[in-house]
Amino acid sequence: MGFFTRFLIPNPSPVIYTSMVAIGVTILLIVFGLTHFKKWFYLWSGWLTTVDHKRIGIMYLIAALLMLFRGGVDAVMMRAQLAVPDNKLLDSQHYNEIFSTHGVVMILFMAMPYIMALMNFVVPLQIGARDVAFPRLNAISFWLFFMGAMLFNISFVIGGSPDAGWSSYFPLAGNEFSPHVGTNYYMIAIQIAGIGTLMTGINFLTTILKMRAPGMTFMRLPMFTWSSLVTSVIIIFAFPVLTVALIMGTMDRLFATKFFTITDGGMDMLWANLFWVWGHPEVYILILPAFGLFSEIIPTFSRRNLYGYRSMVASMVFISIYSFFVWTHHFFTMGQAAYVNSIFSITTMVIAIPTGIKIFNWLLTMWRGRIRFTVPMLYSIGFIPLFTIGGVTGVMLAMSAADYQYHNTMFLVAHFHNVIIPGVVFAVLGAATYYWPKMFGFMLNERLGKWAFWFLTIGFCLAFFPMYITGLDGQARRIYTYSESTGFGPWNMVTFIGTVLMAISFFLIVYTVYYSIRHAPKDVGQDPWDARSLEWATHNPVPEYNFAIIPQVNSREAFWDAKYKGVELFKGDYEKIHMPNNSGSPFIMSCIFFVFGFALIFSIWFLAIIGLIGIFTCMALRSFEIDHGHYISVEEIKETEAKYGGVNK
Amino acid sequence: MKIDHSQPLEYSTEQNRLNILGFWIFLGAEIMLFATLFASYFTLVDRTGNGPAGARIFEITPVLAETFLLLTSSFVIGLGIHAMRLGNKKAMLTFFVITLLLGLGFLGFEITEFITYYHEGATLQTSAFTSVLFTTLGTHGAHVTLGLFWGTFIVLQVKKRGLTPETANKSFIFSLYWHFLDIVWIFIFTFIYMKGMT
Ligand code: HEM
Ligand SMILES: [Cu+2]
Repeated sequence: MGFFTRFLIPNPSPVIYTSMVAIGVTILLIVFGLTHFKKWFYLWSGWLTTVDHKRIGIMYLIAALLMLFRGGVDAVMMRAQLAVPDNKLLDSQHYNEIFSTHGVVMILFMAMPYIMALMNFVVPLQIGARDVAFPRLNAISFWLFFMGAMLFNISFVIGGSPDAGWSSYFPLAGNEFSPHVGTNYYMIAIQIAGIGTLMTGINFLTTILKMRAPGMTFMRLPMFTWSSLVTSVIIIFAFPVLTVALIMGTMDRLFATKFFTITDGGMDMLWANLFWVWGHPEVYILILPAFGLFSEIIPTFSRRNLYGYRSMVASMVFISIYSFFVWTHHFFTMGQAAYVNSIFSITTMVIAIPTGIKIFNWLLTMWRGRIRFTVPMLYSIGFIPLFTIGGVTGVMLAMSAADYQYHNTMFLVAHFHNVIIPGVVFAVLGAATYYWPKMFGFMLNERLGKWAFWFLTIGFCLAFFPMYITGLDGQARRIYTYSESTGFGPWNMVTFIGTVLMAISFFLIVYTVYYSIRHAPKDVGQDPWDARSLEWATHNPVPEYNFAIIPQVNSREAFWDAKYKGVELFKGDYEKIHMPNNSGSPFIMSCIFFVFGFALIFSIWFLAIIGLIGIFTCMALRSFEIDHGHYISVEEIKETEAKYGGVNK
Repeated sequence: MKIDHSQPLEYSTEQNRLNILGFWIFLGAEIMLFATLFASYFTLVDRTGNGPAGARIFEITPVLAETFLLLTSSFVIGLGIHAMRLGNKKAMLTFFVITLLLGLGFLGFEITEFITYYHEGATLQTSAFTSVLFTTLGTHGAHVTLGLFWGTFIVLQVKKRGLTPETANKSFIFSLYWHFLDIVWIFIFTFIYMKGMT
């Protein structure tokens, strides 16, 4: 291959050319805007170099919303293609690329960072800490995720996207059947982002273990922090497996090693096993924090304590352990022994028990509560029945003998969207609305938010329930078209309409933000929802140092008791506060990672070597750097506190 | 930074304690990494295709030398940390430098070993077995290489800045890393070489 030909798109289409132009125009507009409004310096000093967990959280949030858009466009294109029989909108290759990138983008570059956004923003506040344990590592985590995501996203304009599904099974993903660079993008972009995620896991586990405010025992941790703790542990155990799998996949593709080949002893099932040993816990990495978020929202808007705190914690811990023992349910039909299938069938079903306990706890929390139907609460209430349906169909899939009927059909697609959209997407949308005033100092418009909720929910039901029917009838997934005679046509049209409603809800959400920026009142107080845990005990938006005085915790709902039982949270006097310095090196190092990854994808070896040297130079410089952070003086604290509307003690 | 003098230097500040805990957790992730490599190794060990099996290419002498060098270095770095606790900067530096030299020796043997394998027709591409063999050994070797650079930087810093809470913390963490590599090697030695040669 000539040097330049490999950068060409193997299967160009008008859609791709349009996106190229759109990307180019957007970049130009951003550059122009930043220059025109003289914001380059602000961008650099305020955001690109920040080590503040709150700002990092907000950057995660923005990235996640962008990726939701990207993944959503893919989804709409897929459903448009399938809306009528024998459609010619997309060709098969393009469809393959779209479902592959849709899956990866949604799971790894939308849901993950969205969870990370909330973890970053909320966890240190909930435990009464000033920051995470390793602020600079936190910045590195974010930028590695970001660069990985960007690398993955340029694939469809430079060199071609991966087309072997989000699980990228070998031998399909090997050089023989995926000759263009798409799968290289998959292997390397996910690797870079994955390293970032692993660092986040380590960082948050350390933070939660060591940086809790005095009196915050484990049995007083707010639920979301508990879920973040458990999630961090899963990340630490699961992500190294992915790292190894991706290294092997990369080597097979770039250096012709023989891990997953059919000849020379390679074993394609090894990939499937390694992938799902990571992949199954991965879905719990997404769903457990989502559960945590519901457990914050539901008590607040039911005005009751969370019912069954201890059983909530226990079931979460149980799920986290069990999530490592079920991975084989992803390939019941790939020829393993019947007893293996039986074992994994049972372990899979067992997970429904702790999940059921959690559902009952939420219901019992609402029971006899005084419920306020705010937007976050609507998402939580909508979640319960929808998620339960998804769970029940999951148990159906876990029956390994029956799975031979519906594996790889639309039934499966319906199932996992049925858990992941009400479970994760509802949680993060609701939580973003809930924490919005903390993040930005104003509330999102409730009326518009409710419209968005209803469009999403109704759209969701229309989009996914018909897939159960066509799936049981045999409509296969990952197939770009079907014939008239199958009779799938009308159902798929309904699905398409549902998808459009969901797309509309996305635009409504964006419009809600725009509208609220313009019209929402700017002084909402520090506790607009009348909430219960510590993150609401500080100002809106949160000052750099979070708490002027570290709170003293005496009960599970410390802030609630401070408000209504007169318990004192902030004792003692102001002292100077130690804060870490901003640093450009996480961003710069991650940019080098981007170049390194790009060079590997296209086998540009000299550039890869330069990149590698660059990365190690950054690490070496960091080793020699002396950076003791800085102090915020007592006068400054007093000034800031006064500016935020009254000294908070 | 508040310094707590009742604790050893490497534990004496809040951040130091965080760093050490964080590093232990990182080692947890590293254990998973090597465990995955070992699991893959056991899966693929008999899948030699047309290439040689382990028993044909493994040689005891370099492996014993590598084992000896790495185990000794792990012992020596322990002495180094002991010297650090006693505040003896010079002894500590000496032990650290010896550790690094032993590590270098290990790497030298490993590289010649790889070259021999190569000449015997076992390359990265020969079979699933050789792929996973080189990858597992190579991952460990790459860790050692990284450690050599890291250790050198630490020696330079201790030399220049003396034993401060920061440098002591870094040295201690580095020693944890080095012991970890030693433990991984024991597994490699037992389950790859010893098992493979019989
Ligand atoms: C906006 C609504 C969404 C629609 C209409 C939609 C639609 C689809 C469709 C049609 C497929 C491909 C089915 C096939 O294999 O032929 C698919 C696959 C997939 N979707 Fe979605 N999706 C949506 C949202 C999401 C979300 C929020 C996530 C995850 C957070 C997600 C994760 C996935 C995954 C992992 C796959 C599998 C990709 C693969 O087969 O490799 N989707 N989706
Ligand atoms: Cu699973």
